[in-house]
Amino acid sequence: MLELTGVSYRYAGYATEVLHDIDLRLADGEIVGLVGPNEAGKSTLCLVASGLAPASVGGSLRGTLTLDGTPAAGLATHELAERVVVGFQNPNTQRSGIAATVFEEIALGPMNLGLAVAETVERTREAIERLKLEHLILRDPQRLSGGQAQLVGIASLLAMRPRHVILDEPTAQLDPAGTRLVGEALRSLAGTGTSLLIAEHKTDLLDGLCSRIVAIDGGRIVIDGPTGEVFDDPRLTGLGVERPARARLAAALATRGVEPGVLGGALEDATR
Amino acid sequence: MTGRALDPGAVSTSAIRTEGLVHVYDGATRALDGVDLAIARGERVAIVGQNGSGKSTLVRHFNGLLRPTEGRVLVDGADVADRRVAHLALTVGLVFQDPDRQIFAGKVRSEVAFGPRNLGRRGAELEGAIDAALVATGLDKDAETNPYDLGYSRRKLLALASILAMGTPIVVLDEPTTGQDARGVERIHRIVAELSASGRTVVAISHDMRFVAEAFERVIDARRADRARWLPSRGVRRDRLADARIDVP
Repeated sequence: MLELTGVSYRYAGYATEVLHDIDLRLADGEIVGLVGPNEAGKSTLCLVASGLAPASVGGSLRGTLTLDGTPAAGLATHELAERVVVGFQNPNTQRSGIAATVFEEIALGPMNLGLAVAETVERTREAIERLKLEHLILRDPQRLSGGQAQLVGIASLLAMRPRHVILDEPTAQLDPAGTRLVGEALRSLAGTGTSLLIAEHKTDLLDGLCSRIVAIDGGRIVIDGPTGEVFDDPRLTGLGVERPARARLAAALATRGVEPGVLGGALEDATR
Repeated sequence: MTGRALDPGAVSTSAIRTEGLVHVYDGATRALDGVDLAIARGERVAIVGQNGSGKSTLVRHFNGLLRPTEGRVLVDGADVADRRVAHLALTVGLVFQDPDRQIFAGKVRSEVAFGPRNLGRRGAELEGAIDAALVATGLDKDAETNPYDLGYSRRKLLALASILAMGTPIVVLDEPTTGQDARGVERIHRIVAELSASGRTVVAISHDMRFVAEAFERVIDARRADRARWLPSRGVRRDRLADARIDVP
């Protein structure tokens, strides 16, 4: 379990805090979606939930982050990485910059966990297969398209087989096929007991993937509940969050006196 | 990316035209494989297609950042082979997909000023262009902020503002809506409409099919431009899009 309790955070050099009193718990195997308007604090929350802020980024944190009962505050960065991994919004930030090929880039994470070579290779291959990256393995990681770089970044995280995963807009640059592949990979990772927090504007993806949605605004959690309920909450539109196509269509039908139930699963089928 | 998306009628008025455009990276990766396309002046065109299909490679030829391995690129009827990047910048503004590869100044206002100043704008004309770009992108209150104190979504808008301020007749946007919330997407939609209303040519790469359908007149499928040419966005065919791994809006 990953747990944030009473967390407030201020970046180094900033006068004010950008996150306020965050209480958030990710159970093992749970996928939680994080939504909110631009500048709400989603990326900062990702940095804090992964322990990178303040461990790497600096700044000051009040409250606690605990990982499977261990307070993150006492852990060195390499010890954090054994427990929780984070995927940045910009895949160019994620890339190590020291690997000559995509294969080596993906292998870097498990290698740094100190695993045997055979195990590292096996995990790297599995991550490559899962995201269908076979055609890229010999390419220079610096010479990929934006979407390819994003898939390689996610494969690097999968290869670490992490207990907890924090992802900041993991599919922003992906085509729909890539988005679906990532969705399937994350669902399967959750099936092994990994907990995930995913910040995304693509609410259609979250709708099919998450059991719970947390909305933040102005650095505070403003809505936290089961996915279906949160996406039917009209307050989301006020936050600048586009509700999934399923929810928008259901709402449009309801205003015309049509109960979405009469369509059976057609709405879900059309939007997945 | 390969194939043809030419409208024979538009040749003489093309803002951008490519003929047999091939680009090979490092002598190995063939990103573009003989692309023929024409984009008319004043047109709003979206380029869609799967990851790694060569979309960004294609548009980097429009302002000379990449040069063809084979074939030609014509901007306003003239071959870009004879023109330097600085010269092409008068005509074509390209907003990068990754704002962090574009931004370098210490203040938002200086970042936006860089382009138009280098195009020779001065005084009231320069200040007016900067102000208009900041207002259009909603960054007017952040003029004195360090760009790296902005979140990713606003750095994307800053990259866009820097190009808008240059007032180029052709504006190319590489994935403009990534990282934007619904209001941000709406804002970019509005900017595209305003550019178009003022007679500018707008070309955008996007995976966001709702944005594409609502903001553009024509869609080019980057993988097989020959099969999907001249599809008006309202008439985009479901089977063709599925084939190109694109979601139907």
